[in-house]
Amino acid sequence: MSALEQSAVADRGGPAQPLLSVKGLQKHFPVRESGALPWVKKGPARKVHAVDGVDFAVAKGETLGIVGESGCGKSTTARLIARLIDADQGSLVFDGEGVAEFGGMALKDYRRNLQMVFQDSFASLNPRLTMEEAIAFGPRAHGLPAKEASARARALLARVGLAPEQFGGRYAHELSGGQRQRVNIARALAFEPRLLILDEAVAALDKSVQAQVLNLLRELKEERGLTYLFISHDLHVVRYFSDRVMVMYLGQVVEIGPVEAIYGAARHPYTGALLSAVPSMDPANRTQRSPLAGDPPNPIDPPAGCRFRDRCVNARAVCAEQAPRMLPLDADGRHFARCHMNDPASGYASSAPAANPEAVQ
Amino acid sequence: MSLALDAGSAPATLPAQRSRGYWSRVLRRLSRDPVTLACAAILLLILLAAVFAPLIAPADPFKGSMIKRLQPIGAEGFLLGTDELGRDMLTRLIYGGRQSLLMGVLPVVLAFGIGTTIGVIAGYVGGRVNMVIMRTLDVFYAFPSVLLAVAISGALGAGLNNCLLALTLVFVPQVTRVAESVTTQVRQLDYIEAARMSGAGPWMIVREQVLGNVLGPVFVYSTGLISVCMILASGLSFLGLGVKPPEPEWGLMLNTLRPAIFQNPLVAALPGAMIFITSICFNLLADGIRSAMDIRS
Amino acid sequence: MSKPLLSVRDLNVRFHGERNASALNGVSFDLAEGEVLGLLGESGSGKSVTLRTLLKLHPPARTSMSGQIRVGDTDVMALQGRALEQYRGGMVSMVFQDPGLAFDPLYTVGEQIVETIRAHERIDADTARARALELMERVQIPQARRRLDAYPFEMSGGMRQRAMIALALACRPRLLLADEPTTALDATVQIQVLLLLRELQRELGMSVIFVTHDIGAAVEVSDRLAVMYGGRIVEEGSVADVVQRPAHPYTAGLLASTVVDVPRDQALPAIPGAPPDLAALPPGCAFAPRCAHASAQCREQVPALQAMAGDERHRAACWHALLQPAHA
Repeated sequence: MSALEQSAVADRGGPAQPLLSVKGLQKHFPVRESGALPWVKKGPARKVHAVDGVDFAVAKGETLGIVGESGCGKSTTARLIARLIDADQGSLVFDGEGVAEFGGMALKDYRRNLQMVFQDSFASLNPRLTMEEAIAFGPRAHGLPAKEASARARALLARVGLAPEQFGGRYAHELSGGQRQRVNIARALAFEPRLLILDEAVAALDKSVQAQVLNLLRELKEERGLTYLFISHDLHVVRYFSDRVMVMYLGQVVEIGPVEAIYGAARHPYTGALLSAVPSMDPANRTQRSPLAGDPPNPIDPPAGCRFRDRCVNARAVCAEQAPRMLPLDADGRHFARCHMNDPASGYASSAPAANPEAVQ
Repeated sequence: MSLALDAGSAPATLPAQRSRGYWSRVLRRLSRDPVTLACAAILLLILLAAVFAPLIAPADPFKGSMIKRLQPIGAEGFLLGTDELGRDMLTRLIYGGRQSLLMGVLPVVLAFGIGTTIGVIAGYVGGRVNMVIMRTLDVFYAFPSVLLAVAISGALGAGLNNCLLALTLVFVPQVTRVAESVTTQVRQLDYIEAARMSGAGPWMIVREQVLGNVLGPVFVYSTGLISVCMILASGLSFLGLGVKPPEPEWGLMLNTLRPAIFQNPLVAALPGAMIFITSICFNLLADGIRSAMDIRS
Repeated sequence: MSKPLLSVRDLNVRFHGERNASALNGVSFDLAEGEVLGLLGESGSGKSVTLRTLLKLHPPARTSMSGQIRVGDTDVMALQGRALEQYRGGMVSMVFQDPGLAFDPLYTVGEQIVETIRAHERIDADTARARALELMERVQIPQARRRLDAYPFEMSGGMRQRAMIALALACRPRLLLADEPTTALDATVQIQVLLLLRELQRELGMSVIFVTHDIGAAVEVSDRLAVMYGGRIVEEGSVADVVQRPAHPYTAGLLASTVVDVPRDQALPAIPGAPPDLAALPPGCAFAPRCAHASAQCREQVPALQAMAGDERHRAACWHALLQPAHA
C-alpha cells in the first residue's frame, strides 16, 4: 500500500521469540511533600512504588490479561511499555531488539509497532477534530500525504463498522460511547501495529455494547495477527478474552500463568481472593463471606517481605522476614507465583503463624 | 454470530448530512443570540463611524469657537453640544473612537499573540521551563494593572506608542497565565497521549491537537480584556501619559471636560458614556462567544 | 398482599433544555416493607432518574413530572419546603456512587453525621455524637472513634462509602436508595460493601432500592429485580425469575452479553445497535430497533407489563415475550 507498512518492523525472530519482553521494569513516583518554596523539604522523601521490578514476556499472537486492584500498577505498567512515561529502570525488548537503546530500534519505529486504546473513549478523542482527521493524524505524522491518510482513515472506519460517509465528518460528542471506542480502535490500527495495549478499553461501555467491541477486537486480532495486552478489572471478561493472565499487587507481579491455571488452580492467596470476590450470578448461591477485609493498601512505602502479608489469611512469620521469589509451578514453566507457600526452601512450613488483625478469619 | 454493529442506529437525532465545521456551527449559534448580536452591531457601528469619521462627522474636530463653549445637548447646530473650547462634541466623539478603539484593541491583540505563544510553550513543555517562565511573569502579575501601566508608561515617557507598549506588557502575563493553565489541562488528556503514541513530533502535536483547544478559551478571555484595556488607556490619557491634546480621545476628553461637570454635566459625561457602552459591549460579546463555543451544552 | 411501603404509579419525567428528553415514561412499581429491589439498566435507561425523582431532586424549572409517588401515607409529589426536607434523609435517604462528592471536604465525617441527625431530631450534640459513633461501628469501620474525626479525604474509597452509608442511616430511614454504590470500588472492596448492605438491611428491616448496571452486584443484594430500558420498566420479578428465566428479549440479551461462561473460541452474543436516544424514542417498544423478534406491532405500540404464566409477580412488557404470558 505505501512506504508506511514496508518500514514497519516485520516479524523477525519467528514464532518462538516473544513479541515483547519486559525485564526489571521499575517506576517510583516521588511524593511531593515540599514546602511553599521548592528547596524547603518537609520530612523524609517518600516514594510511591507504582511499578517495582516487573518481568514478563508476551508471545506473538497471544492475549495477556493483566488484572489487579487500583494502585497495583497495571496502568503504570502499560504507560511504561508505551513509553508515555520513562522508567527508572528496566528494559524492553521488542521482537529481539532493544527499544531506544544503543543498536536497537528507534522510539519512533517502536511506537509504530505498538498502540494503545484508553478507557475513556471521550477524553481519547480531540473535541476539535472530526473522526476522519483524528484517525488520519498518525499516518500524516509518519509522512503519508494528507489525501492517502484520509483514504486510510475512511477504510479503517469502515472496518470497525462505522460508515465513513456518515461518521467521518462527525465530532466526538456526536457519537455514542461504543462508536467512539470503535474510532479509538481504528486510530490505533492506523499503522498496522503488532501489539495493542487495551487499558480498560471496554470497562466504561454498557454491557450490551461491550460485547460488540470485544467481538470486534477478537476479529481484528485474527485478521491482522495482533498481540494484545488486555488490562481489565472485570475478571469474567479477562477469562473469556485472555490466553494468559498476569495478576499484579502493589507494583509487583504475584502470579502469572495460562488462563485455565489461574482460574482453575490459583497458587497465590491474593489471586484466590480476587477471584472469589466476583459477585455470584446465582441467587440461590450468594457470596456469604468477603474473601478480603479492608481496602487495597497504599503503594507508598509497601511492607517489607511479602507485600500481601497484611491481608493474607495464610501469613506466617517468614512472610515478614523475606520477600518471596517468583517460582515456576509446572513442568513446562508457564505458571509462576510469588508465595512462600509454594517454596519448600522458604521455611514456610515450620514458621509460626503471624498475628494478622486485618485478615479475615 | 456475525459482528453486531451499532452504526446508524444512534444518535438518532442527528441529521444524516455531514457535520459542518466547528466554527460555522459557532457562528450559527451566535446568530441566534440577540444580546450578542446587538452588542456586535453597536461595536460595528462605533468602528465604522471611527473609520469613516472624515466622511460622516458634521464638523472639524479641532476647530472651536470661544463664544459657543459648553453648549448643551441639542443646541442649534451642535447635536451633542460643544466642549470647553467650543468644539462639536459629536464630531470629537466620532474621531475619539479612532484612538480609543486602537488603544483598547491593539494591546490586547498583541498580548493575545505573545501570551498564547509563551503560555502554550510553558504549558506543553512543563517542568523547569514552565517554572522559570511562570515565576518571572508572576512578578509582573503581582502589581495591580493600573499601577503597572502607569509605571511602565511613565518610565517610557508619554506618547501613543509607549502607551500601547505599556498596555501590551500589562496584559501579556494575564493572557499567558490562562494559556498556560488551559494547555496544562489539555496536555494531560488521553488524546494528547494518543497523539504522542502516534509518533508525531511536539510541534505537530501542538499545532494540530493542542492549539485548537487552547485558542478558544484564551480568545474569549482576551475579548473580555478589551474593556479593561480601554478603561486603562483612557486612564493613561486622563493622566496625560497617552494621547496628547488637542487630539480627540475619550479618556482625554473626559479629563479636559472635568471642570465643566458643574456647568454642563450631561455633555461632560458623554465621553465616559462612550467608554462605558463600548466596554460593556465587548464584555457581553465575550460572554456570548464563550457560550456559543461550548457546543456540547 | 399488605400495603406496600413505596408505591409508584405512572411516573413520567421530562427534562427541558435545548433538547427535550423523556427520561421516564410511565414507570409503576411497588416496594414492600423490608424488601430489596434491584433496578437494573444501562446508561440512559432511567434507573438513576427514578431514584432522584423519588427524592424530588430534579431542578423544577427544567423538569416536568407527572404521576404518583406514595411512601407510607405520604404523597411525595405534593411535598414542599420543610416537609420535603424532613422526608429527605428522614424517611428516605440516598447513598451515591461517588462518596468523595457527597461529603463536604471541609468538615469531618463525624461532624457531618451529627449535623444530619440534629437537622432531623431535637437532641443535644453529645447524644448525636454517640449515635454517630454507633453508626460508624455498625458499618464496620475499624477504629470508628478515631475515624469520626477524620476528614473525607483521609479515608480510602471503601471506607468513605461505608461512612456514606452511615450518614444515610443517620435518621433511621425506612427506605434507602443506593445509586450504583459499589461501581467505583475495587472488586474486593465491592463485595464487602455489598455484604454490609445486605446485613444492615436485614438487621434494620428497611426497604432498599439498589440501582446498578452490574447484574452480579444486583443478584447479591436484591430480592426482586426490575430491568429498565428507555425510561420504562421492561421486566420485573424475583431475582431467580429474571436471571434464570428472562421473559423480555432485552433482559435475555443483557444476560447473554454479560460474559460469564462463554467458551473462549466463540464470539459473544452481543445485542446489536446502541441504547435509544431519550429525545427521540421510537413510537413503539424502545427496544424494537435492536430486537431480533420485533414485528410491526412492536414498532407501533408500546407493550404494557403483563404477568407471565405460573408466576403473577414475574411481569414483562413485550409483545413477543420469551415465556408464555398468563392471560394469552
